[in-house]
Amino acid sequence: MPVDFMYPEYEIARNDSRCIRCRVCERQCANEVHSYEESGNFMLSDESKCVNCHRCVSLCPTRALKIVKSDHCFKENANWNQAAIKEIYKQSGSGGVLLSSMGNPERYPVYWDKMLINASQVTNPSIDPLREPMETKVFLGKKPERIERGPDGSLRNNLTPQLELAMPVMFSAMSYGSISYNAHESLARASRELGIFYNTGEGGLHEDFYQYGENTIVQVASGRFGVHREYLEAGAAIEIKMGQGAKPGIGGHLPGEKIVGDISKTRMIPEGSDAISPAPHHDIYSIEDLRQLVFSLKEATQYKKPVIVKVAAVHNIAAIASGIARSGADIIAIDGFRGGTGAAPTRIRDNVGIPIELALASVDARLRDEGIRNNVSLVAGGSIRNSADVVKAIALGADAVYIATGALLALGCHLCRSCQSGKCNWGIATQRPELVKRLNPDMGFRRLVNLLTAWNHEIKELMGGMGINSIEALKGNRLMLRGTGLNENELGILGISHAGE
Amino acid sequence: MLKENLNGKEGQIRIPSGCAIAGLFSRSGKSVSGETIVNAMTVMHDRSNGLGGGFAGYGIYPQYKDLYALHVFYNNVSAKEECEKYIDKAFEVINLSRIPIRKTPRITDEPLIWRYFVAPHHNKLMDSQLDEDEYVVRAVIRINTSFDGSYVFSSGKNMGSFKAVGFPEDVGTFYRLDEYEGYCWTGHGRYPTNTPGWWGGAHPFSMLDYSIVHNGEISSYDANRRFIEMYGYKCTLLTDTEVITYIVDFLTRKQALTLTEVADIIAAPFWSTIESKPPKERERLTYLRNAFSSLLITGPFSILLGFSGGMMALNDRLKLRSMVVAEKGDMVYAASEEAAIRMMEPELDRIWSPMGGEPVIVTLEGGAEQCR
Repeated sequence: MPVDFMYPEYEIARNDSRCIRCRVCERQCANEVHSYEESGNFMLSDESKCVNCHRCVSLCPTRALKIVKSDHCFKENANWNQAAIKEIYKQSGSGGVLLSSMGNPERYPVYWDKMLINASQVTNPSIDPLREPMETKVFLGKKPERIERGPDGSLRNNLTPQLELAMPVMFSAMSYGSISYNAHESLARASRELGIFYNTGEGGLHEDFYQYGENTIVQVASGRFGVHREYLEAGAAIEIKMGQGAKPGIGGHLPGEKIVGDISKTRMIPEGSDAISPAPHHDIYSIEDLRQLVFSLKEATQYKKPVIVKVAAVHNIAAIASGIARSGADIIAIDGFRGGTGAAPTRIRDNVGIPIELALASVDARLRDEGIRNNVSLVAGGSIRNSADVVKAIALGADAVYIATGALLALGCHLCRSCQSGKCNWGIATQRPELVKRLNPDMGFRRLVNLLTAWNHEIKELMGGMGINSIEALKGNRLMLRGTGLNENELGILGISHAGE
Repeated sequence: MLKENLNGKEGQIRIPSGCAIAGLFSRSGKSVSGETIVNAMTVMHDRSNGLGGGFAGYGIYPQYKDLYALHVFYNNVSAKEECEKYIDKAFEVINLSRIPIRKTPRITDEPLIWRYFVAPHHNKLMDSQLDEDEYVVRAVIRINTSFDGSYVFSSGKNMGSFKAVGFPEDVGTFYRLDEYEGYCWTGHGRYPTNTPGWWGGAHPFSMLDYSIVHNGEISSYDANRRFIEMYGYKCTLLTDTEVITYIVDFLTRKQALTLTEVADIIAAPFWSTIESKPPKERERLTYLRNAFSSLLITGPFSILLGFSGGMMALNDRLKLRSMVVAEKGDMVYAASEEAAIRMMEPELDRIWSPMGGEPVIVTLEGGAEQCR
């Protein structure tokens, strides 16, 4: 039906006077946008296939290419905008659920951008991180309620297992399958180099990566893919995934065509079969069931590993977190509605969940009100975009943050949000060998290390400016934040004053 | 709100302030007149701005040494009546009186200032299932948070805090400190940056027999406050001293940690220093920093902590505030400036600047290091 035709969103602007017909763009595009017309010695492009991933632009040796937004338009309508109209056409053509990738891109408030950080002047000196020690090391895990002493009066180390992070940032869960072997290798090696952790997601752990176990968090999700005893024992911590910010309340689906070779082996399911994670854990229908799973996993690993419970930020998050804090979990990871995904139903991703800033602030406050904040550490994710976001999250009350989209960007992702197609030209969200090999783990790992090293420098500068020389003195230190353009309710939930107050 | 009634803004906004501190301690427990510490503060006049001064003396009430001495500010007679009803219910009052003062033109607008020597009401204490100290703490917090116009500013045994809005030397004259004798004194002059000053906001800040005088502005304030409030404390003044006092009380009284361990938590060594220690010590320091991470205090501070039978001087881990310590015979002195020490004792056996985070703890001869 002609109604299904959609004029491409992007156009490829090729400067023909610069183009040398090297055909790199043609070879690099897995979407087959570019082609060479031999008879006339010119390049053609089929914009309808373009996802705007900039692979061709980045590799064009003469800078002959750019992608521009199409100026083709519908009649202006503040209610029925272009996306709304197109989605109707798509669904009336296919009868299917719309799928999207990466985090919610819609125009909801970004509270990070409405909070400002303090600095010392006169009454209290700022501290220069180039001249004085500036500490960003954190421990995650439950803290003891009481000290204990041995017969000789010395303190007994009665701490339960903890995670030690050289800086308060970790790579959050992305499964082997949703991202490539080389992407996983980059994350694992970077974590080891940085003294932090990456997370397997629900895809099991490739046998090649057991060597990075000390810097690995192994995930147990509702499908239980790839979970076995050695897997649980391989990691430094175990994460129970109850939910994900991009798709709270629903499960996951890795299509059969991606379940090939090592992925099938790692997930422990036959090649070509769909990997469907149920929406709930079918052994967890209530909080007391969660407690059982927490302790089952602890039993299985002789109480040597902290257990993380990851939940999506939803309306009632404070009460949910309070329940988790009493479930025996050591760490709660909260994933905000901007969190990324390899594929999620568009309607869910764009309409379900709440911002991480508000969720984090209300959870931290609730746990303190109940006197149980020390039972657990809090990790905030979805989405942390830079070091200032990290500092603001910690000042609101997080012990550490999770990043994933930022890490993928460091590996080359251009946020074209087409992961679900499996044709990632950057070798990240794909299993096609010719694409995967484009991501060189030697370079990928280095870029991740660079990114977080840079952030750590910036975190130290911001801390020094506030006169704080250790990250634990920033945790929950909300006096260091002020809001701009926020209403009373928002300020109240964030627990901060307005700028100028 | 109490604080508004007392003509101040304290407790509604956070007020940074610079300061002067001084302390003296006799290891042999010999009695020293309060005049000595007042004189020490006089030479540091410029470190205060007249918006707060105060002192704490230990061993000053030997005749009532087993009773809690409550020092209370009242806005007016009706606040006093209201609060006394509560005090009568919670405690057996053995003695009560106005705290004697000497009028001076430099100290004005004084509230009603009363002193009660009390013991917890036996039956009430039994019913509460609390130990004596905790019972008193809760009663004090109750008065300070829910009785308008009443404020308990000292609640220890055989010790007392005396404070006012004014320069410290004038506060000393006002409270007739020359008529008291004790084995330990601490003094404080305040330089708040943006408040008319409120009597309760002056230092020392006391809780039971702990008193703290402090010079600095801690950058970890809200992290510390929000943590300590989980354990039944209520920070009503929003001052550093208040939160530091609660932290010390929590760590020593509730967690039974020693003062050295308290110093290892609130002015913890840097990780790089901890790494260089022998394994056992490394594990101990790592444990304390990890288990009590939210009680690390950053930013500049120098504090003198007084307690029954002892005194601790401590600087922040970077030593961002001056503090010198000296000895002469059985006497130990500490002050923001050497001049103040020389005022108390011109000829010293030894004088030094303790390192950042390195506590100097002195106790009565034969006394243990631990406060309790």
